[in-house]
Amino acid sequence: MALSANRSIASSASALRNISLWFAVSALLCLVLVDIQISSADPWAELARMTAGALSPSVWSWPTLLSGLANTFAFALQGVTLAAIAGFVLALGYRFALIRAFCAFVRSIHELFWALLFMQVAGLSSLTGLLAIAIPYAGTLAKIYGELFEEVDPAPANNLPHREPGLSHFFYAVLPLAWRSMATYTSYRFECAIRSSAILGFVGLPTLGFHLETALSDGHYSEAAAFFYALLLLIGTLRLWLHKRLLPVYLVAVFYYLPPQATISWQLLVRFVSEDIVPAPLRGEALWNGETISHFAQWFNLLWQQQIWPGLFNTVLLGQISLVFTGLLALALLPLNSPLFMRPRRLISRGRFMSHGRLMDRNWKRGIGDSILILLRTLPEYLLAFIGLLIFGPSMLPAILALGIHNGAIIGHLLGRYTEELSLRADANSGVTLYFYEVLPRIYRQFLAFLFYRWEVILRETAILGILGIATLGFYIDSAFETFRFDIALLLILVSAALNISVDQFARYLRQRLQLKTVPESL
Amino acid sequence: MRIQLLRSFIALTLLFITSISTASSLESSTKTFVFSAIPDQDEANLQERFDKVARYLENQLGIKVRYIPVKSYAAAVTAFRNNQVQLAWFGGLSGVQARRLVPGSQAIAQGTEDPFFTSYIIAHSSSGLAPREDFPAAIAGKTFTFGSKGSTSGRLMPEYYIRENLGDTPDNLFSKVGYSGDHSRTIALVQSGAYQVGAVNYKVWDKQLAAGKIDRDKVKVIWRTPSYPDYQWTVRGDVNDSWGPDFQARLTQALLQMDDPDLLASFPRSGFIAADNQLYQPIVDTAITVGIIDADQ
Repeated sequence: MALSANRSIASSASALRNISLWFAVSALLCLVLVDIQISSADPWAELARMTAGALSPSVWSWPTLLSGLANTFAFALQGVTLAAIAGFVLALGYRFALIRAFCAFVRSIHELFWALLFMQVAGLSSLTGLLAIAIPYAGTLAKIYGELFEEVDPAPANNLPHREPGLSHFFYAVLPLAWRSMATYTSYRFECAIRSSAILGFVGLPTLGFHLETALSDGHYSEAAAFFYALLLLIGTLRLWLHKRLLPVYLVAVFYYLPPQATISWQLLVRFVSEDIVPAPLRGEALWNGETISHFAQWFNLLWQQQIWPGLFNTVLLGQISLVFTGLLALALLPLNSPLFMRPRRLISRGRFMSHGRLMDRNWKRGIGDSILILLRTLPEYLLAFIGLLIFGPSMLPAILALGIHNGAIIGHLLGRYTEELSLRADANSGVTLYFYEVLPRIYRQFLAFLFYRWEVILRETAILGILGIATLGFYIDSAFETFRFDIALLLILVSAALNISVDQFARYLRQRLQLKTVPESL
Repeated sequence: MRIQLLRSFIALTLLFITSISTASSLESSTKTFVFSAIPDQDEANLQERFDKVARYLENQLGIKVRYIPVKSYAAAVTAFRNNQVQLAWFGGLSGVQARRLVPGSQAIAQGTEDPFFTSYIIAHSSSGLAPREDFPAAIAGKTFTFGSKGSTSGRLMPEYYIRENLGDTPDNLFSKVGYSGDHSRTIALVQSGAYQVGAVNYKVWDKQLAAGKIDRDKVKVIWRTPSYPDYQWTVRGDVNDSWGPDFQARLTQALLQMDDPDLLASFPRSGFIAADNQLYQPIVDTAITVGIIDADQ
């Protein structure tokens, strides 16, 4: 018995090792294929201006800043609320492949592209902003809730007299067990939603990103810094003022302040569906006509050669390298948010810090550590890419750095929080030995689970790095929107959705094979 | 706790539904005349600059006029297409795209400088490229950045002349092709050497040069394109239905008569002259050649 348990632990450890190795090898292979040449002349003048700006934030107009903050918060809270409701309903059917595919589909489309789509029919309205966040977040939350439901301890369910899964089964034996994780995860997604909401400003919604992007593109770094610090402050202080009890108050307030409304013209909607998104060769033609079909084939063929294939190739390549870099960075960053590494010295000496949960909250070292992570994950990838571009010149390197730093800081934060749940022996080592011989092995499954979950996010985010001229699928989708070819945009969106669904399926397969828990109880 | 949640859940759903339904009854007054402008430079002050233009038009036309800022060329065109704005200060290409999407719309005025617009090809000193009269064929093989994908002076016309002189697409000719997003950023990126060569709107370059933001030891103009028609005011064809039979004529008149230097500095132009759709045929042809718009539309 003990022997077989040992063997199964050993084989599962080797499976984890193998899969990590395969990912590292694949990233190295991808690295050979991409260009990461460094070619920059003198970035220092611009970087000096940026630094000077960062050190001397100046508020260009308080009303603008405050209304930007309020709008950012309002879109995020409304979006997540709607997403949590829709996600919950979808999660009830998460065992059906079709629903999983649907969720993977809606979350494969970047918030910015959802906003661009809705803008075609609802204009630059508050409804556009709400839906652009609510829809992809519903897909994400459905996945998380769905997997939480799958992973709850089956013991209470097994003790029910009726084993048939039904409504009471769900409400008594599943939901209560998943509830805490759902709440924590949703509150974490809310932080992400604030970032998304800010980013929506890049396409014109009146959030902080609107002014941040404006100031950045004009090179007004002091103003940009003020908007960025406002965003940081909003995210950094959430825990202080967003209490569960106050939530209904905030909700009523944001719906009152920014009611989701739009003047949707029926005409625009009809035109969008019946004309804009119909592939150009099919518009106004008889569908089953030899000529139409051959035109369509030509059109598709050209698109495949010029955009779909290179787009897929670059997206997967960039995604793979960034994924592995993200993983390495997350492992390096996690101590910053871990009570095991950022702990008050006097508690260590007594060897009983784990029992002092309340004292840990007052741990200033960890506060600083997590602030660094908040800073890293709040810097928009596009800004990171711009800085990388200045320093390293145009190549995939700035893109890898931007995606890696952003996502690495997110996973590092989550892993750090997860280590709160690890209980150590009183005589546990500390520092490097503790990290490599105790913490890392114990959190490794968790780490892989987070990384696989971030995989599709990274693929999606390759979209907004057009400044580097990296021709990912998102780059072509953006170009299609710019040239009002909504048919091509939609086709490319479908391709990236197919890629996302495949990655989701593969990650699900790995998760089951490696018995990873995608969503840790401690989130 | 769960019952509490259920309650707030229901309350929320109701709240959401009511706010949606009130929205549909809250149709914004269609009588306000709304215009926009492409965000080509100095975006931070767009609102302030164009609010003055809105007040000017209000005084001239005796109706309510509002300016709404947009974030991209495509957003300006979309707003125009969806009748969220009725008038827009477009670039050459965005104007052409807008008029193709809204049949009946008219280019009514352009800046005095706009019939003879031009783009500069700029290069970082380390590229070894020197200013010249004829096309600088040596830019082939360098790294290159355009401005916004939808920009006439930052993308369309430079790309056209590159293709015409070197006989190939930018993707094939240059070692890297980026899209900086706007003219100011193109200058910043070439000045830092991140890209060796770039294409930029001459007005933005001249303005930044005058403002002392450009270090000419690091970046200089190596070529200027032949001239082409650029920015213009375009109005929807159906404005007369809402604001009276001679509205378009009065609007055109008001734009052409704008002579306050403070207002004109918003664009920046020295004055406005008449324009029509036909003037922009060269832009249409070029955009078709470059593949930005389809020939058969």
